[in-house]
Amino acid sequence: MPKQIHLAAHFPGVNNTTVWSDPASKSQIDFASFIHLAQTAERGKFDFFFLAEGLRLRELKGRIHDLDVVGRPESLTVLSALAGVTTRLGLAATVNSTFNEPYELARRLATLDHLSDGRAAWNVVTSWDAFTGENFRRGGYLAQEDRYSRAKSTLRAARELWDSWDDDAILADRSTGEFVRPGQGEFRYSDEHFDIEGRFTTPRGPQGHPVIIQAGNSDEGREFAASDADVIFSSYSKFEEARLFYKDVKDRLAKYRRKHEDLKILPATTYVLGDTEEEAAERAAQIRRAQVSPQTAIAFVEGFWGRDLSAYDPDGPLPDLEPDLGEGVSQGRAQFRGDRGAVVREWRRLAEEKGFSIRELVIEVTGRQPFIGTPRTVADQLDDFVQNDGSDGFILVPHLTPGGLDDFVDQVVPLLQEKGVFRTDYTGPTLRDHLGLTAPRTSRKEAR
Amino acid sequence: MTGLHLAVALDGAGWHPAAWRDLLARPSELLSARYWSGLAAEAERGLLDFVTIEDAFALQSSRFEGPDDRTDQVRGRLDAVLVAARLAAATTHLGLVPTTSTTHTEPFHVAIGIASLDHVTRGRAGWRPQVSGRTPDAAHFGRRKFPRFDEAFYRAPGSAAFVAELFAEAADAVEVVRRLWDSWEDDAEIRDAETGRFIDRDKLHYIDFEGEHFSVRGPSITPRSPQGQPLVTALAHDVLPYEFAARSADVVYVTPHSREGTAEIIAQVRDAETRTGRTGEPLKIFADLVVFLGDDADGRKAELDELDGAELASDAEIFVGAPARLADLLLDWKAAGLDGFRLRPGTLTRDLEAITRALVPELQARGEFRDHYAETTLRARLGLERPASRYAAAP
Repeated sequence: MPKQIHLAAHFPGVNNTTVWSDPASKSQIDFASFIHLAQTAERGKFDFFFLAEGLRLRELKGRIHDLDVVGRPESLTVLSALAGVTTRLGLAATVNSTFNEPYELARRLATLDHLSDGRAAWNVVTSWDAFTGENFRRGGYLAQEDRYSRAKSTLRAARELWDSWDDDAILADRSTGEFVRPGQGEFRYSDEHFDIEGRFTTPRGPQGHPVIIQAGNSDEGREFAASDADVIFSSYSKFEEARLFYKDVKDRLAKYRRKHEDLKILPATTYVLGDTEEEAAERAAQIRRAQVSPQTAIAFVEGFWGRDLSAYDPDGPLPDLEPDLGEGVSQGRAQFRGDRGAVVREWRRLAEEKGFSIRELVIEVTGRQPFIGTPRTVADQLDDFVQNDGSDGFILVPHLTPGGLDDFVDQVVPLLQEKGVFRTDYTGPTLRDHLGLTAPRTSRKEAR
Repeated sequence: MTGLHLAVALDGAGWHPAAWRDLLARPSELLSARYWSGLAAEAERGLLDFVTIEDAFALQSSRFEGPDDRTDQVRGRLDAVLVAARLAAATTHLGLVPTTSTTHTEPFHVAIGIASLDHVTRGRAGWRPQVSGRTPDAAHFGRRKFPRFDEAFYRAPGSAAFVAELFAEAADAVEVVRRLWDSWEDDAEIRDAETGRFIDRDKLHYIDFEGEHFSVRGPSITPRSPQGQPLVTALAHDVLPYEFAARSADVVYVTPHSREGTAEIIAQVRDAETRTGRTGEPLKIFADLVVFLGDDADGRKAELDELDGAELASDAEIFVGAPARLADLLLDWKAAGLDGFRLRPGTLTRDLEAITRALVPELQARGEFRDHYAETTLRARLGLERPASRYAAAP
């Protein structure tokens, strides 16, 4: 039997992948948009719906970045509302482990699991910076090297809390007058980050623990995923690099006595469909141009140069200035961290070789459209990618809100189903069922 | 409408600790969406203004100062903001007012949570900020050491300063939340293809709150919500909380035990408004009442008291009797200057149904309660305007 593909729908985010200038682009905040995309994903029998998070608006040159979509809701609140208009779709919230406390986080995730009848997932992210910390009473306090240690502690503490209630804790037995088994919720957790104890308020959710998603690419992030995550949100959507990542991470599982299928690797990816290959290629080029407006092109090179480049012509050559590799001009984006000097050198080489203008260069280097073609060719490409161990499926990132997955669900999903590589209906009620994660952890008390 | 406003406080199986043992209770479903949706639908059927959803970081207990070992009462609860959000699609008019802690929860998270609730309900969100000074709550977070908060401490001289501190911090938290709600002007989103700008960033504002307890920079990550400022409500039993409500809230819930007591409390609330220099709309004052309704109410309550091993005690007045008599009482107390009531059903769903199917028709027959929902937002239902953002330049 071929590998079964897992699919998730990413609500369009606040980077330039999301095209807001298209007349078909609707509100990024109106609940109707969330309902549309979630119900489309459920119609397509997707595994889950995914919401990203950013706890401070991004800034460039000390001012709020105004060229991309700005503004989004609190993830868990919207997902809880969506639980009321969907019945099977998994609901994945990105929630930061630095600017939340385990007690509160664990009860909110367990609550979503109850209110969705077992469909909750938590994408554990680890932003730590003082810039984001300025929005919180505790401020920014975490050294970058401590972020995974804090994330692991947060997750361990949350698991301790989820395990503090038995699965069958609530008896609600009128005849004996017993509502609950004794001692429920008792916990104590202590390590270098937390020292907490007491009685946890929220009984164990239908999944025991919500599905855990991890999104880091670093060695530390991979190790964290191998030891603790159920799903990886990966950024490797080109086959060769994806295959290497897949093998690297899956090979780490044995160390934690976990099986190959205990961790699903799902790269974020985009696709473009057309009635013919040519039409699809044409549309793909149009979308890339819409994603990189002249202003966006300049803002993008500014992020890497670390300088104000507003005087440069987006249709002209790259700036001859040397980049300023100091503090940088961008805040709140992981993209502009790392070795910016090397990036600039590579771009210069590329621009010279191809004769690219600034905008053409940005279109070239930011274009991530690995799957372009007719529904048939895209279905074949996706299937090949998974069967050859590039991934276990995909997190699809549409460029339009909220109708960006309509064509995929109508035209590609049926072909994947025909090939026998994607479900024609849900086989169980919970997200763990959809993902084939058959071994929910047992509660602590049962394990004793 | 000149009649009264009516809200219902939802919590577990009801406000009697033995409520889950009522034959019509659904004790095994208290954590399910179906149960909560049913309650909300019933409240909406009765045209109620809003429901509140209780919350606390401490597991329910029969002891004030900490957990107990009882297994014969309801234990376990869900996050109130998420319960409210789950009810968005199950209702169309009902206001939804969850409780959160001002002591331990980050104001930024609360601000975006309640704003998001307002977006998903299209303007029906409210909020009840609540202080949590109890020692076990602090131990759940491990960040702060609180004094042992028991009766002895409460009577000791040092406790007043501690309580004042909690409320001062709560006022700061509400101020931060309110500023964040205003930090996006209504027309900040421009989608101007010409200049490539999605927003006009001059209409997004840093809130730069600097308080004694914390600072918050802003702006919010969430665009301004349908109501602009969701309805802020506070339960208050004493002068200090009255002042907190006067500074921070739109609605205050109070707990009088008689018509005369109602008048006294209203006078104290109005004094608190003067002392704190409140401007704009005066507080809407709601009285809380625990209610057991119907011909069999006496017997039902007595039976539950018996099962629980103690007579029900409450901070609020407990009413037991026929819906028509409750209507008399509500109208009598209202005449003392109340805007409405928040009823705490002794048992859910039985006493909620008595409210929506017997009390409401009784009040309607007397011309004292709406016969349909006229307004779409919760603020409008309470006669409150949609305020402009405090950061918007005057037109």
